[in-house]
This record gives sequence, C-alpha cells and structure tokens, in this order.
Amino acid sequence: MRLTNVIRAAYDFVAKTMTIAELEARKLHHDQTELVTRAVQPALWILIFGEVLAHVRAIPTGNLPYLDFMVPGILAQSVLFIAIFYGIAVIWERDLGILHKLLASPAPRAALVLGKALSAGERGLVQCGIIYLLALALGVRLNPDLFAIIGVLLIAVLGAALFSTFSLIVACVVRTRERFMGIGQVLTMPLFFASNAIYPIAIMPQWLKYVSEFNPLTYQVDALRSLMVQGGTSVYGFGIDLAAMLVGTAVLVIICAHLYPKAIN
Amino acid sequence: MSTVEAKSIQKRMSSRVAVLETQALTRRFGSLTAVDNFTVEILGGEMFGLVGPNGAGKSTVIKMLTTLLPPTSGNASIAGYDILHHPSQVRRVIGYVPQLLSADGSLTGYENLLIFAKLYSLTRDERKERVQEALDFMGLTEVADRLVRNYSGGMIRRLEIAQSMLHRPKVLFLDEPTVGLDPIARGAVWAHIEKLRDNYGTTILLTTHYMEEADALCTRVAIMHLGKVVAIGTPTALKSSVSPGATLNDVFTHYAGYELESTGNFRDVSRTRRTAQRLA
Repeated sequence: MRLTNVIRAAYDFVAKTMTIAELEARKLHHDQTELVTRAVQPALWILIFGEVLAHVRAIPTGNLPYLDFMVPGILAQSVLFIAIFYGIAVIWERDLGILHKLLASPAPRAALVLGKALSAGERGLVQCGIIYLLALALGVRLNPDLFAIIGVLLIAVLGAALFSTFSLIVACVVRTRERFMGIGQVLTMPLFFASNAIYPIAIMPQWLKYVSEFNPLTYQVDALRSLMVQGGTSVYGFGIDLAAMLVGTAVLVIICAHLYPKAIN
Repeated sequence: MSTVEAKSIQKRMSSRVAVLETQALTRRFGSLTAVDNFTVEILGGEMFGLVGPNGAGKSTVIKMLTTLLPPTSGNASIAGYDILHHPSQVRRVIGYVPQLLSADGSLTGYENLLIFAKLYSLTRDERKERVQEALDFMGLTEVADRLVRNYSGGMIRRLEIAQSMLHRPKVLFLDEPTVGLDPIARGAVWAHIEKLRDNYGTTILLTTHYMEEADALCTRVAIMHLGKVVAIGTPTALKSSVSPGATLNDVFTHYAGYELESTGNFRDVSRTRRTAQRLA
C-alpha cells in the first residue's frame, strides 16, 4: 500500500519534470536563433585562446596536447555560461504570470525546478555537438568510444542542471532582472577561473586549490576530460565526479523548490 | 434581474452545499492589512464576484485561495480540502487564470493546452479529447497551431480560460479576466465564461473592478474596500438596499463612504498597463 504510493509519487514526479522539459524543448524548436548565437563563444575560445596557448606551450598538461586538454574545459565553460544566466527565466515568467499558474497546478515544486534545470541541459547537449565538431575539425584526438560519448552528454546535462538550479536560486533571492544580471556577471568568472577548465589544478596557488575543490565545475571538467579525449585522465575518479555533481544538483533542487513559491510574492 | 429570478437563484443555491468557505482569512504585509477577516461561503454553481478598486485586496484573496500566498491568520476550504493543511489537494480541484497574461507566447495554442493537460495528469485519451473540445469551445481551433504571441488579447484570455478548465476544476478563479480588453473582446470572454458555468456547472470566483460587469453576470458579489468586505449579497439586493434605481457604483459609494476611483499604487498601475500593452 505504502510502496505503491511511493511508486505513484515517483512516477508523477518524473512525468511532471519531463513535461516542463518538454515545454522548453518545444520553445527551442520554435526559435532556434539562440542555439546559433550560443555557438559563437566556445568557437572563439577554442580557435583563438586555444590555438595561441597551444603554440606558447606555457601550461604543463602532461601527455595531452594543450588543445586536447582544453576542449573538455571549454565544453564545461560554455555549459556554465548558459546555465548561470538561466535563472532570469523565472523572473521573466513571474512578470508574465506563467509562474503563478504553474505554482497553482498540482505539479510538485521540485519537478518544476528540475524540469527547468533539464531544459538547460537540452541547450547543453547542443553545445556538445558544436564543440565535438570544432574539436574534430582542429584535429583533437577525441575518444570515439560510444559509452564515453554518452558519458560526456550525461555530464554536460548534469552540469547544466546544477548551475541552472543555482542560478534559479539566485533569481528567487534577488528578484529583479537588474540585480540578477549583475550577480550573474560576478559569479561566472570566479567559477571559471577557480577550476581546472583551462589549466590544471596543480599549477594553482595553494589557496586557489582549496577553493577549486569546492567548485562543482572542477568535478565536471575532471569527468569530461577523462571521457572526451584520448589519453585524458581523471584526477578525482569518475565516481567521485559523478557523485559530487549528483549530490550538488539534488541539494540545490531541494533548496530551490522551497524558494520557488516565494518568487511571486 | 427580476425578483422571481433572484428567488429561483436563492432557492437553487440553498439546496446546494458550500464548495468554498473561508474563515476570517487575513493577510498582512508589514503594517498593511491587505485582507482583513475575509469570511464567505460560496455554493456550488455560483458565479461570485469580488469587486472593488485596485488595492482593495481582491487579488490577495485569490492568491491565498489558490495556495500561492499563505494567510497571516484564518483558513479556507475548497471542496472539503483546507488550504493550510492540504494545499496540494486544493491545487488539484481548482483552476486559476492570473490577472497577468499567462499563456506562453512562444508556444502554439495547442501546445499551451497540451502542456497543462500533462501537468494536470490527464491520460493520453483524455488529453486528446479535452484539448480538442477546449479549442472548439473557445473558438480557437483554426488558430491552434499558430504561436500565441500572434493572438489577439481576447483570444489569449480565452486560451487561458480553456487551459484552466482542462481538468474540470470544482472552482475556477478568474483574476480580472477582462482587464485591458476592448469592449467586443470583453463581451466574447464573458459569453464564454457564462457558457462554461452552464455547461460544466463550475463554481466561479472572479474579481473585477468593472461594476457593470459584476452586476450583469454575478449571482452574488462581495464589495471590498481597503481589505474589508463592506457589503455582500445579490446585485439586486445590494442595489435595492441603497435606493431604487441605484447602480453597484452607488452601492460602493454608500458602503465604502467615498466615490469610487482608482487607488492603485505604482505597481498596480504599471502592471495593468503592461497587460493592456501586451493585449494591444
């Protein structure tokens, strides 16, 4: 009796989460310009920053060529940049009244949040495609193993979900577009630079090493690096990376589900 | 409305049970009491109007009843579920159309309905049937596959009402359903709301600051002023309690003690204008 209730609730939660994700996918389908403009930034990072630093050979990346080292980092970064501003959607939807209607529906609040988070993941998947193509064109030795590629996609979606939920929390707290944009700008660069995205943790000063260990982006990059390129290795181990991101996402979704209803008042 | 009609409505209502009851529902924001001891009993099939100027507390009442805002004190129950202890059951049995335009402009009309049918856990068969029925009912079948951002204001409102009815709610909340609409679109929206009540027997609680609308369409109205209900009853009874030939505006002036004028603050005004702008 109790077990069937739990199963029903779980099914309901998944169904509602997927409905919100479907809603966003349908929006993307109607207007794809966003996907094109999103492709520009990672292309610039890889083509300009990557090419230049690859020639300088200033950063010790072990047995990996710099470009190979950097490509997974740029994937994580481009997903981060999408996700970290994602919360503005909730401010927008509040101003339109869409949020009121969603919150007055029987859909669990956590499903509303997670659905939104997964829809950031949908955009992350598109970034994966773009970066795989760029990397291929530049001769990066990509790992062709199917399971590794699936792993990359999974980690990209999870990273997008984690940072977009964080962004939704910020939006629920600051409540106005102007403040939100300011905070988004402030957050992006520290998250990016206090991670192993474009240089290894080993060359960081000690204090930054500590900071980077609390940065979820570090674990995302670590996992991506071990999966995406040939000869890529993980510092922490894939299990730790995955666990850190899953736990991080779950905690943030729970916090956000509590804050979500407050966004409208 | 003639006395005979009024009596028949009274009779019809008295034979029914209350589907919505509030007990001293109160909401304070700091030192401001937005809603003060709001107590009503609404019977099945009623079209109940909350009227009053901007800032009277109408929307705050709706927000509390739709579980979007916790009351500071007091309670309410809808179809037997109380809003404090069983908010998720309450959300299953209500429909809600916010004052702001809430249909998603970047989706088609059909998609707006489909997504809400899924959020309300309709089965695949129910979804297909009810989405089609809703489109027909609201006269939107022809434009179902067009993006909602290309709809007219009246069409968007009809779509939103259709969205809120897919799961056949016991009580439907309409917050200023005709604000910002031109007179023709307003007439069409009203006609659909009446048809909805007649076809599905839905109990409707709506807010409006158009007194004439409330007069013409509601079975009962509660006049709100500064968070308090100052008068409640059938429009006919309220009007005759003031003077023969009185309008609901006169009733408001009589009970609130001053001329009806817009008292909304900056936020209310900018919100109303924004809605009107989107409708234009």
